This record gives sequence, C-alpha cells and structure tokens, in this order.
Amino acid sequence: MAGSSDPGFDTLALHAGAAPDPATGARAVPIHLSTSFVFENSEHAASLFNMERSGHVYSRISNPTNAVLEERVAALEGGSGAIATASGQAALHLAVATLAGAGSHIVASSALYGGSHNLLSYTLARFGIETTFVKPLDIDGWRAAIRPNTRLLFGETLGNPGLDVLDIPTVSAIAHEAGLPLMVDSTFTTPWLMKPFDLGADLLFHSATKFLSGHGTVIGGVLVDSGAFDWAVSGRFPELSAPYGGFHGMVFSDESTVGGFLLRARREGLRDFGACMSPHTAWLILQGIETLPLRMARHVENTRKVVAFLAAHPLVAQVGYPELEGHASHALAKKLLPRGCGSVFSFDLKGSRQQGRAFIEALKIFSHLANVGDCRSLVIHPASTTHFRMDDAALASAGITPGTIRLSIGLEDADDLIDDLKRAFKVAEKSA
Amino acid sequence: MKLVVQGREAHVYTGGKPFDATLPCVVFIHGALHDHSAWTLLARWLAHHGHSVLAVDLPGHSQSDGPPLADVEACADWVLAMLDAAGVDQAALVGHSMGSLIAMEAAARAPQRVTRLVMIGTAYPMKVSDALIATARERPLDAIDMVNAFSISSTASKPSYPGPGMWLHGSNRALMRRTQATAQRRDGLNLFVHDFQVCDRYAGGLQAAARVTCPVSFILGARDQMTSPKVTGEIAKALRARVVSLPSGHHLMAEVPDGVLAALRAALA
Repeated sequence: MAGSSDPGFDTLALHAGAAPDPATGARAVPIHLSTSFVFENSEHAASLFNMERSGHVYSRISNPTNAVLEERVAALEGGSGAIATASGQAALHLAVATLAGAGSHIVASSALYGGSHNLLSYTLARFGIETTFVKPLDIDGWRAAIRPNTRLLFGETLGNPGLDVLDIPTVSAIAHEAGLPLMVDSTFTTPWLMKPFDLGADLLFHSATKFLSGHGTVIGGVLVDSGAFDWAVSGRFPELSAPYGGFHGMVFSDESTVGGFLLRARREGLRDFGACMSPHTAWLILQGIETLPLRMARHVENTRKVVAFLAAHPLVAQVGYPELEGHASHALAKKLLPRGCGSVFSFDLKGSRQQGRAFIEALKIFSHLANVGDCRSLVIHPASTTHFRMDDAALASAGITPGTIRLSIGLEDADDLIDDLKRAFKVAEKSA
Repeated sequence: MKLVVQGREAHVYTGGKPFDATLPCVVFIHGALHDHSAWTLLARWLAHHGHSVLAVDLPGHSQSDGPPLADVEACADWVLAMLDAAGVDQAALVGHSMGSLIAMEAAARAPQRVTRLVMIGTAYPMKVSDALIATARERPLDAIDMVNAFSISSTASKPSYPGPGMWLHGSNRALMRRTQATAQRRDGLNLFVHDFQVCDRYAGGLQAAARVTCPVSFILGARDQMTSPKVTGEIAKALRARVVSLPSGHHLMAEVPDGVLAALRAALA
C-alpha cells in the first residue's frame, strides 16, 4: 500500500492494522479469543517478557484482535499507537495513573461527562490526586490553575452538557509552555469530525461504546498517544524518563523516543490494574469503525435537520448546538469543527418537569435511556433522571432547566425523527 | 549512557544493560531523521545474549549534542572516535540507510577495528530527488509525510514495533518530526535537508568498499521504495556481500523485526 502519501481516512477505517490472515486466509479480522499465546521455545519466551522481541504473551497485556483495533484508531487519529481498555473510564484512569500519583495535580475542564467528573473530583482525590476545574472557555483560568505539581490538562472536545468547544490550539499552547501535555476526551467528535492531535493535543481517549462501535452493543475505551510530547525534556515525568523498578529498570522514554507513554501504560497500568478489553468487544468496535465515515456523515446530516426543526419550534426555548449563531462556541466550532458538531445536544422545552416527562414518554422512535452515539436515536430528560435529586436552582447552576432534553440523533430517516418530536411536543403542550 | 565524543556529549543506548567493553561489541547507526530508538528490539536482544551494544544518536540527532556532522566521512570518523570513548577496540557495525553508508565508510577507514559490516535498507549511490529536497526546504512536514509513506510498505505490519498496538506510520512520522523539531530548536537547522543531502552527496562508496576487509551482509526490503534493491547490485558485488531479502519496505527493523533479528544473528555469527 506504500505510495507518496498515507491512505485516506475511509481506507484506513477499513484496512489499518489488518490484512488477510496469513494462517487461514480469512479476510475479516479474526477474533482471537485466547488468553495466552504459545512460545516457540524458552528463549523466545524470555525475549518476549524482556521486550527484546515484539509479540503477544497474555491477553490482559496485548491480544492480536485488540492490536488491530489499537492500530486502526491510532491511524484514524494520526497517533503513534493506542491501548484498548475495558471502557472509556478505564482509558481515562489508565492515562492519569501513568502520569500522576499521590501529590499530583490535574487541571480539568468543568464541562465534563459526569463519570469523568466523579473520577477526578472524588475517587482520584481519595488517592491523593487533586483536580482543579476551570470553565473550558476561560483561557486565563487554565493558565492560572497550573501548579508545580500539575501533570496534565484535560478537557472534552465538546463539553458536557452545553457542547462548549475546547479551544485546543490555545489550551495546548498553555500546557506546552508549562511543560505539560493536554489530553482530550474525543468521544463526541470521533476522528471524522476532529483530529485533536493536528490541533495540538498530546493524548486522547474515546469511550468506544459510543460512535466508534456505533451500535450500542459493547462497552470499551481506547487511549491514543500522538507521540509528540517530549516527556524527558519536560522534566516533570520521572515515571517515563527515569529507571522503573517494576520493569527491569527500563527508562521508557529512552526505550522508545515517541512511544514511552504507551509502553509504560501497557507494561504497568494494563498489567497491574488489568482493565483490558475483551477481543470480542474489540471485534465489534472494529465492525463499527469500518462504517464510521458513513455513519458520522449521516449523524451530522440528520442532526442539522432536527436542530433546524427545534430552533424554529414555538415550544423550544433554546437549542444548544454550536453551529447555531447564538451558541457561545459558535466561532470556535466553525474553525475547529467544519464537518459538524456531532449528534448529541440538548434543548430546553418551555414548561415544567411534568411536561418534560410527558414529552419523553410520548416519543416512539427515540429510545429513553442513558447512552449516546448509538445508530438509533436516544433521549433523556436530565431533570427527572440523571439530575432528579436537584431542585430548580441547582439545576440552573449546572446549566440544566426543568425542560432540558438531551438527544442523541441516530441514523433513521430524519423526517420520521421530526414527526416523532412533533407528536411529543403536542402531548407535552396538552399536559401543561 | 552518555559519552564525550570529539568534545561533545553523545547519547548511546546500551540495550537495557550496563555497557561491558569486554563483550563482543555491536554498534548500531541509525538513518536520516532517526535515532537510537530505531534499534530497540535488536539492541535489547543482543545485549541479553552475550554482546555489548552501542546504539548511538548521531551528533545533532535527538539526545546527542549538535550540530550534525557535514558528511558521511565525518560521521564515520565520529563512530570510530565513539568506539575510543567507549573503550572498544573492535566492533561489528550495523547501519540502516544513511547509517549503512556511515558504517561502510568507517569499516573502510579502520578495517582492523571492524569485525562485521551489516547494511540494512541500503543502496549506493543513495540519490535523493531534487524535488524532495526542495519540498523539505519549504515544507519539511510534508516532506516527512512523503518519506514516511514511501518507507513503510504495509498498513498491517505485525507484530508491530516496539510492541503491539503501535501504528508504524504514526510512530515513524512522530519520530521524524521530533528529531526535525529538536534540531531546529537546538541548532537552527533543517535536519531533513541536512541528512538527505548527506546521503545524496556521498560519492566515495566504491572506493570505500574496496578497503573493507570484514564479512559483509545486506538485509534488504523487497518492497523498499526508498533504497530500492535494484540499485544495490554494484555495491554488493564490490563488498562481496551476502544478501538477505525480507518482505518489507525501507523501515525493516519496524516492519519485520523478527526477520531482521534472524538475519542479523546469521550475519554476526
């Protein structure tokens, strides 16, 4: 496949990391459901354990099917490599655990998925890792929050719940001035909508549960390294630039000039915490990625139609989609997300919690559940589910109203989705 | 480890073990825009199987002080001076691409010090198109992308390098970008243009080959588009080289690490 340029996105989505199986001729990626892999002899075994040779030993550390997924996502992101994990949360934890320990500090966007916020705010704090949250659009806030013990800046490409667009070029420049990496959660955008490494990010991860797999079937995550951040020059990461007693005194940044982070994450974090992905899950995510370009284009096309419908509807107070001129991130979205702002967004229904509930219960095509990024359209009413313990004032501080509805637009006929919404609006209106 | 060579600090990877000058020594010399990390697996294997290993960062590359040296001849002298600094009398020299020319020139300049010469992904003359050099002057990142695409023959090289999950196109591009950026920052120099001109301008290959006395092996990629096996015949004949062809592009150590290890073990035997 060599030529004067690397293959394009759609080709990589189908081929990166995979070739016809040399043993069987199988064209599709085989599912290697094997815990372990036979050594050729004792010398081969020892050389694999000592990283003198590349290969698979035990599927908690690496697996041939997972390796195809890892290479494919790295290829689509323009990264140097990747590690598949048990979930998106496991990917976030693996990254943090590789770079930070007790006494470390993280600067994170306040506009995060609730699970990420819980991990940073409560769980990691219990292990001595402190996080300062800043509003994603507060550029001075990012800079001011950095401390001598900071190890990472972290945000979402499109923040929860309002879809604030992270200004990756600016925030990454702030991070790099301080000798720090920027990591982003790219779940909502996927590499089809945005390539954060091209904008300055150093690490990223996906909840592959969402658009990468795309069918609402599996839980998984992928952590990707750009290979661009110089851990040794930074001087803040002895975990990567000093001998590691847990692996034969290896200096990971010397062992691989651009792959030291992933080496340590795999040889320590995956080995010891064990949040690995099942090869069957990897295969299902690969099936999803093969159609990612087609699906994302349709997700965005449908979303734009639904957003236009909602923005013009008399029962809608506002629609939080960055392509709309009134959105706080509109200018950034035009610059960083020219292909679209994904298919997960919220809108505010004029009315009470009761009307919000009535609206959701009247929908027939949209499924009421707690997920996004499925090929099927999804809906949730935060005030009566994820945030039901909050009073209206507390909801307001979180950017949520009693009538806020979150949609994840799927691949159905857009006209059917709009008809479904119209029907629900009528029911909500009557329930006032 | 760090050595002082010709008055400047040089970084040398020793394969994950402390360097022992009493063991048979193997020196690894990387190619253009690369560094010692191109050799990690081979170097670790040899270091744990009875050899001492010196995988260098050439001057001006990655962790070795710059500026880079002007030509193949100067680099060859530096390699011999590096052996002096490490306390090594004799060594096998293994080079990739530009590094293979440096290894050959060093073997010609001090034949009594070189026990084996292994040239990987090599050709002579190693001509570089004017168009590529021109692109590198104006848009070095585009030139890196072109060379990267030419260097790797597959989008599914297994078991990957240095371990599973690495995307060779991405990691090789990241390494070239890193060495390019480091040289620009530290020495104010376009390392791409420098290294590829070093390859292009080297004209002493046949004269050097005539002075090489040790056994010589070529390890070539059958799908190599950077240093095509088609232009190795004359220099291979001059060196009386044993030629091994592997199913790979130019970046053999990453594409077929086990194949290169087997060929290297045979060459060093």
